[in-house]
Amino acid sequence: MLEIKNLHVKLEDEDKQILKGVDLTVPAGEVHAIMGPNGSGKSTLSYVLSGRDGYEVTDGAARLGGQDLLEMEPEQRASAGLFLAFQYPVEIPGVGNLTFLRTAANAQRKARGEPELSAADFLKLIREKAKTLKIDSEMLKRSVNVGFSGGEKKRNEILQMAVLEPRMCILDETDSGLDVDAMRLVADGVNALRSPDRAFLVITHYQRLLDHIRPDVVHIMANGRIVRTGGPELALEVEQNGYGDLLAEVG
Amino acid sequence: MADTAVLAAQAAASADKARPGDAALAARLDVLTLPEGGFTRAAREDAAQRLQAMGLPGPRDEYWRYTDPALFNAARPEAAEIAGDSSTLFTEIERLNLVFVDGRFDAAASDKLEGEGVEIENLASAEGRADHWAAGLYGRLEAAGQQPVKRPFAVLNTLTASDGVLIRVTGRIGRPVHITYHRSAVDADVSLHHVVKLEEGAELTLLETGAIGARSNVVLEVEVGKGARFHHVSAKRANDPKLGIGHIFARVESEALFKSFALTVNGRMMRNEAVIDIAGDDAIAHIAAAVLGDGDTGRFHHDDTVFIIHGAERCESRQVFKKVLKNSAEGVFQGKILVKPGAQKTDGYQISQGLLLDEGSQFLAKPELEIYADDVKCSHGSTTGALDETALFYLRSRGVPKERAIVLLVLSFLADALEEIEDERLRDDILGRLEDWLTQRAGNQGKA
Repeated sequence: MLEIKNLHVKLEDEDKQILKGVDLTVPAGEVHAIMGPNGSGKSTLSYVLSGRDGYEVTDGAARLGGQDLLEMEPEQRASAGLFLAFQYPVEIPGVGNLTFLRTAANAQRKARGEPELSAADFLKLIREKAKTLKIDSEMLKRSVNVGFSGGEKKRNEILQMAVLEPRMCILDETDSGLDVDAMRLVADGVNALRSPDRAFLVITHYQRLLDHIRPDVVHIMANGRIVRTGGPELALEVEQNGYGDLLAEVG
Repeated sequence: MADTAVLAAQAAASADKARPGDAALAARLDVLTLPEGGFTRAAREDAAQRLQAMGLPGPRDEYWRYTDPALFNAARPEAAEIAGDSSTLFTEIERLNLVFVDGRFDAAASDKLEGEGVEIENLASAEGRADHWAAGLYGRLEAAGQQPVKRPFAVLNTLTASDGVLIRVTGRIGRPVHITYHRSAVDADVSLHHVVKLEEGAELTLLETGAIGARSNVVLEVEVGKGARFHHVSAKRANDPKLGIGHIFARVESEALFKSFALTVNGRMMRNEAVIDIAGDDAIAHIAAAVLGDGDTGRFHHDDTVFIIHGAERCESRQVFKKVLKNSAEGVFQGKILVKPGAQKTDGYQISQGLLLDEGSQFLAKPELEIYADDVKCSHGSTTGALDETALFYLRSRGVPKERAIVLLVLSFLADALEEIEDERLRDDILGRLEDWLTQRAGNQGKA
């Protein structure tokens, strides 16, 4: 599904190399986790894949289902099936959550040459998805993320994911700022979306989110590279020993 | 008229002292004809004297630093082509429609001037009468609003206004009064003076749409009586290359509500001044504007100069001004909250924000607070910035194309100002119009 080869990325305005040759393949149906210390380049990887400005790819490639991601605008990547759940979801006052979701869903359908959803069909779809995430109609009516608690913002991200039905989902530190109950709710939402056609890349500092979203593969990222890859037990090793030992071992 | 000729001669004579605009003022007074008698005569004569003493503004006047008054001072306006009029704003709403063409009331095109709890006349027809309820207001609220800052164009308007509406409300009229302006001559120089009086407990919604003239000068004097509610929504026709100056002079009595919202979508040069005197306890006064200016078809300059005067206890005021500027467009905001001695428990708020869509545009803000009471809550803020890149990326990452995402973010920026329109039908109508206009322009630019 997602294929990243030798990806080198620097900041556009500064002579600072952030990613120094990332190689990563996430097949359909799998959940991969990326763990790593602060500043290792995890969030940069998620931004570069989704097309945020401010980064320059100096070498390497990233493909989604064989399509060259790096050539596409952010909205094209979304229509191609990529979704990034933000670490800090953005507040947009004056734009209703429902309007925003419908605009996004229909823009993607239009880009793929599919018929747009009517207001009634859309409402039916979203009510059904919102229910499992315990998002009430009041939250749907409010402006996008305005006045939402940390947990509500993250649930709203997962709701968007459920409505937009991407095939490649990247979760950037979705556990940050969540208490145990909120994390369980978010994890349940994600788990409900797991399917053989869909892949996940879960970026996190801590192992605890991975108790709820069980990964197939765990990667450790440090200093702009994937330095170790293993099974779920690798996350437990990090939890017990910290990154220090692990990185020393890698050298 | 003999008397105005004398005034013109005096104005020309005082031009030795080289006051800016004196020659233009003399030329304008020279062609002026005052009515023979009637209830406005005294106010017009008084205005002539005041204007003589005051002169027209120059760029050194404190409140004219950011807006060059030269085009307003000029004896005649330049011809300005008339934009196509496809406006359907508020037409779905049951309302009483009054039509003005080039500054003259068009009775045939207007609805019958009648309604329960309301008296409506046009100024030109009514002013021959010696006795009129508007005699105590015409030019009087304007004159009271000349302190502490001179507003010469409002004085000029009191002196020269050719027409306007006079509305006295005694009850709650169920439908808004809608003034629709049309232009037919490319060089019409229009002066209109409206007087509105809401008696105790009365309620009125006043709507204004359209393009008034190649150059326009409009004064609205409003007295909001005890417990009365006045809503005002104006939307100037989009893309018309007009030049306009407007003044609102309001006196708000106890427990009364005054709310005014103005939408400007392109144009050439506009200056809106407001002086709102909150005179009675427990009153509320809000004034807001949403401005979209694109200098791509020529110059765009928009100035809001607002004075809110708190003269009573426990009153609330809000100023919400938002300007979206592009292609060397200029936005100006000068806003003051003046809290007089004794106006305790005042709650005053002011926000002015400029959203610059490119580097050539500018937003100039001068917020002022002047407080002479010790138990008040007043706050103000002003920001100028570009589109939030993170928000733009967020929308695009969900599949919303860039042009559409910008439209949504511009509407988001304007939302607080639009929220000031209480009537949802009016707000939705304006919002829909704004969205269409933004989408259309985004589309045009996509093609270019």
